[in-house]
Amino acid sequence: MGPSALEVEELWAGYNGHVALEAVSFSIEQGCLAGLVGPNGSGKSTLLRTIIGLKRPWRGRITVFGQPPRKSLLGYMPQVEVPDWSLPITVLDVVLMGRYGKLGVLRRPGKADRIKAMEALARVGMADKAGRRIQELSGGEQRRTLLARALAQEAPLLLLDEPFAGLDAPTQHELLHLFQGLRREGCTLLVATHDLSCVATHFDHAVFLNRRVVAFGPLHEVLTEEVLRQTFQRHLLLVREGEIYAEHD
Amino acid sequence: MPSMIDALIEPWRLEFMQRALLATTLASITAALVGCYVVLRGVAFLGDALPHATFGGVAVAFLLGGNVYLGAAVAAVLSALIMSLLSRRGLLKHDTAVGMVFIVAFALGMLLASLRPNYTYNLANFIFGSPLAVRWDDIWVMAGIGGALVALLLLFWKEILVTVYDPPMATALGVPAAWVELGLMVGVALAAVVGLKAVGIVLVMALLVLPPATAQLVAPNLPVMMAMAVALGALASVLGLYVAYYGDVSPSACIVLSAAGFFLLALVWRHLRGRRARSP
Ligand SMILES: Nc1ncnc2c1ncn2[C@@H]1O[C@H](COP(=O)(O)OP(=O)(O)OP(=O)(O)O)[C@@H](O)[C@H]1O
Ligand SMILES: [Mg+2]
Repeated sequence: MGPSALEVEELWAGYNGHVALEAVSFSIEQGCLAGLVGPNGSGKSTLLRTIIGLKRPWRGRITVFGQPPRKSLLGYMPQVEVPDWSLPITVLDVVLMGRYGKLGVLRRPGKADRIKAMEALARVGMADKAGRRIQELSGGEQRRTLLARALAQEAPLLLLDEPFAGLDAPTQHELLHLFQGLRREGCTLLVATHDLSCVATHFDHAVFLNRRVVAFGPLHEVLTEEVLRQTFQRHLLLVREGEIYAEHD
Repeated sequence: MPSMIDALIEPWRLEFMQRALLATTLASITAALVGCYVVLRGVAFLGDALPHATFGGVAVAFLLGGNVYLGAAVAAVLSALIMSLLSRRGLLKHDTAVGMVFIVAFALGMLLASLRPNYTYNLANFIFGSPLAVRWDDIWVMAGIGGALVALLLLFWKEILVTVYDPPMATALGVPAAWVELGLMVGVALAAVVGLKAVGIVLVMALLVLPPATAQLVAPNLPVMMAMAVALGALASVLGLYVAYYGDVSPSACIVLSAAGFFLLALVWRHLRGRRARSP
């Protein structure tokens, strides 16, 4: 096993006394493209939010590149649409926010930051929309803007919460290529998603979550019928030659 | 047309009118800048509540013979703190907490005012504003608070922007979002303190909301919106004072109504532009 980018040990977290994460332990090696898979309410978003420090865990330990999590090591793209899209600011302004962490207090984004932000926009195919007001964006363009912001953070570990949600098939494909490119550059990615076939064909690692970790590791080891059954419980899933057919029982 | 020019210059020959102009312009510029946040964030209620909360402090200062601005500032900042503490714990929704705290502070002020009937007249000045009675030392205090507020807004511009746009992301980037939010509330409170004497507690909300709302209708982006809000606020002060001078009516009311007039013009402009865009 290579050096780990992310290590989570015995992590417990929840809301108002309800457990959302139960003794979650797993690790992800550096340079992995890892899928975070589980049914609705299985705790994927909670896990990512806890790693990034938006949610305080009840107990447990999180280590990022062998250290306690630091903002500069983590890039994040949220799932829920919290951002206020009615503000009179541009796509570029939003992506520039990704640079704020690197700038520190009182310093303003400069030319170099603008270039990085434009690069990030180009990578998600939004370079031509940099000057657009964010209220004029479609849902898919909003998600890509948030992804570009996460890229602009230039963090070695990216935590992405359902980046494919609401994207058309070609765009989804472009993003998959982008993720693989990032991995080749040395980035580590943990991507929460419901698209199992996408994970099966394009990812190399996976964490299966249903409040507790059902399995984690290289895809060919963990993508088994037994793991899928335990993760999704009510569903019966069949796996054949790298393709997945879902059936309801 | 010398008579026209004379008419334009005449009011400013009087020193109390000069002071009134300075005071109202300071108040409206500060309020316009802070008000951009109020309008974009949709917290106009806060722009009503915090000015009212200052009244408690004003009354205490009167009773103790202390500095009115200090009293108002302490009351406003304290109220902002209590409001966010109450809602932070998840006990109350934010607007419920705001509504409760401000009305308690205001009632406290009324109670204190009723202790000494001869105060009531003086305190009324703060409720409805009296720009013509502003003194030079008032103006220095207003300029001090207003200047500091504007400097802080510009200095922490990017922290404020990301907090307003996406609070969790701000936290993820290491920006102390909760503190920024609290700071902005205190900012609204202090803008109210600046406008206390010039336009009064009741009307300061208009200066917080009208110029930014007008600017939002026509400005293409945020920097332009803020610049326009400031310009409109200042313009409303000048226009309002002219009308008050020649019509012999309440200056603070004229300023607010001028700002409302600009808003109506912007609405009409938007409507006409939309019609032109739709016609072939
Ligand atoms: N803000 C909250 N307050 C209370 N409970 C919450 C909150 N957010 C999530 N939960 C609960 O925590 C559990 C895990 O939620 P989480 O959002 O992490 O699931 P998820 O795996 O991301 O689901 P999805 O696939 O629908 O995005 C759920 O049972 C949910 O009801
Ligand atoms: Mg989720």
